[in-house]
Amino acid sequence: MSVLVYTESEEGKIKKIALEAVSYAKGIADKMGTTVTAVCINASDTSELGKYGASKILEVSNDKLSKFNAEAYADAIAQAAKNEGAKVIVVSSSANSKFLSPALAVNCEAGYVPNIIGLPESTSPFKVKHSVFTNKALALTEIKTEIKILGLGKNSYGLKENEVSASKESFSPNLDTHDFDMEIVSVDKATNKVTIADAEIVVSGGRGLKGPENWGMLEDLANTLGAATACSKPVSDMGWRPHSEHVGQTGKPVAANLYIAIGISGAIQHLAGINASKVKVVINNDPEAPFFKAADYGMVGDAFEIVPKLTEKLKEFKAQNA
Amino acid sequence: MKILVCISHVPDTTSKINFTDGDTKFDPNGVQFVINPNDEFGLTRAMWFKEKQGASVHVINVGGPETEPTLRKALAIGADEAIRINTAATDGFSVAKQIASVVKEGGYDLVIAGRESIDYNGGMVPGMVAKLAGVNFVNTCIGIEVEGNKATAIREIDGGKETLKTSLPLVIGGQKGLVEESDLRIPNMRGIMQARTKPLNVKEPIDSNPETQTVSFEKPAPKGPVKLVDTVDELVELLHNEAKVI
Repeated sequence: MSVLVYTESEEGKIKKIALEAVSYAKGIADKMGTTVTAVCINASDTSELGKYGASKILEVSNDKLSKFNAEAYADAIAQAAKNEGAKVIVVSSSANSKFLSPALAVNCEAGYVPNIIGLPESTSPFKVKHSVFTNKALALTEIKTEIKILGLGKNSYGLKENEVSASKESFSPNLDTHDFDMEIVSVDKATNKVTIADAEIVVSGGRGLKGPENWGMLEDLANTLGAATACSKPVSDMGWRPHSEHVGQTGKPVAANLYIAIGISGAIQHLAGINASKVKVVINNDPEAPFFKAADYGMVGDAFEIVPKLTEKLKEFKAQNA
Repeated sequence: MKILVCISHVPDTTSKINFTDGDTKFDPNGVQFVINPNDEFGLTRAMWFKEKQGASVHVINVGGPETEPTLRKALAIGADEAIRINTAATDGFSVAKQIASVVKEGGYDLVIAGRESIDYNGGMVPGMVAKLAGVNFVNTCIGIEVEGNKATAIREIDGGKETLKTSLPLVIGGQKGLVEESDLRIPNMRGIMQARTKPLNVKEPIDSNPETQTVSFEKPAPKGPVKLVDTVDELVELLHNEAKVI
């Protein structure tokens, strides 16, 4: 009857979004008077999970799952849910979790609601609030199935420490029925770079930066803040920056703590993709730019003057507060 | 190769979102509906398969008669036939069940859907269609090539991309990258004329019970006005002490 949470790992290490998912699962378990069971796949160190409220940890260790395979992962999680008799399954909003959740839902005959923004309004009937219309509205949705799958929106619950003593068990799902007709032949991933998906702060540049050669100052600012870099659609369309940095409705969604937009006018398609971020700062020389209506803080002026100054000031600030 | 492109009929991004009936229903009044942008990238990629590899392209939508202009637009862009499943799109699972049944019956080799629709943002239909139809699935797909019954797909992952080899039949949840923005086609007069006579088959739905039901909508609280600052010192101070994000 416990709440099951899939705790995603990368190269064996539990991801931060997984800890947020555990925090959230603990919040639900408290509401329902039960405990949290975490299931991890090929994670090397699961000791942190107890700190956020997981009482039981199911460790799956299987060579067949050494590379991500949405269908087989979904099956492993479904078997863990069955084993635990879990009626609520919590997943995160990572690319991999969003990939496997629909199959998991079909597997468990479970209703699935993604982009959830907080604890259920009620658990009987089971109603949760989630963002729709690309963050322009919220919906309250009832899940009518016996088993429920909750996809937690990124950065919408936060990490909440809630230490419990955790027991570990190994769990061996039966994967005989899988043909693994899906082979990862290559992975192209920037290493040592903060990704937009994981970043707490995102620094984003638009056409106002005038050309790719001017991105150095933006990268300096991002490095100072430990932030990911991103860009607007025209910038990626013109090839100034890679597509993987394009944020907005047809690009990547951003739900950061802080989003700094530099030289971005704020087209509605751009704002739709980033407005789940908590605090938005805009730096633009055009005081009429629509972004000023969407931002929390703004500076009107020349980005080429402001950005290097801001980086210097932040370096000072970091040195003082280190 | 038989391709099925799933077309979601969604409000244009610039639409004002309003609700009626005590905030329980979306208000379509004055809203311009379009092909879901993620689906349009997929449809355009399907046109490439049609022109280069002789694929036939069908489009499908689950919805009432009001979605037909959107399907006609897909026909005007170049799809050969359209299918409308005559039932309101209630939840992702019900829509997936209708589409999966067409996929199985129609013997489609490649099903191209968008990674999510820009209205309900569920992102679950493509994966559920694949699971229900028992075929392979690649989500957040930004590149697809097909040779015989083998497919190579590129998937966007957090922080990069990966290349996958798999086989048909295959469902993809596609997005920008399948084609570029500049590749998107605006229907020309000839296409629009031809679309009028292309088949648009209306099918009755199979039995399905929704698993989830939205009971009410609300709009987020309006945001306060922007705080304009003159110096970076002031900005850093506010981000630290007021917003508490650094």
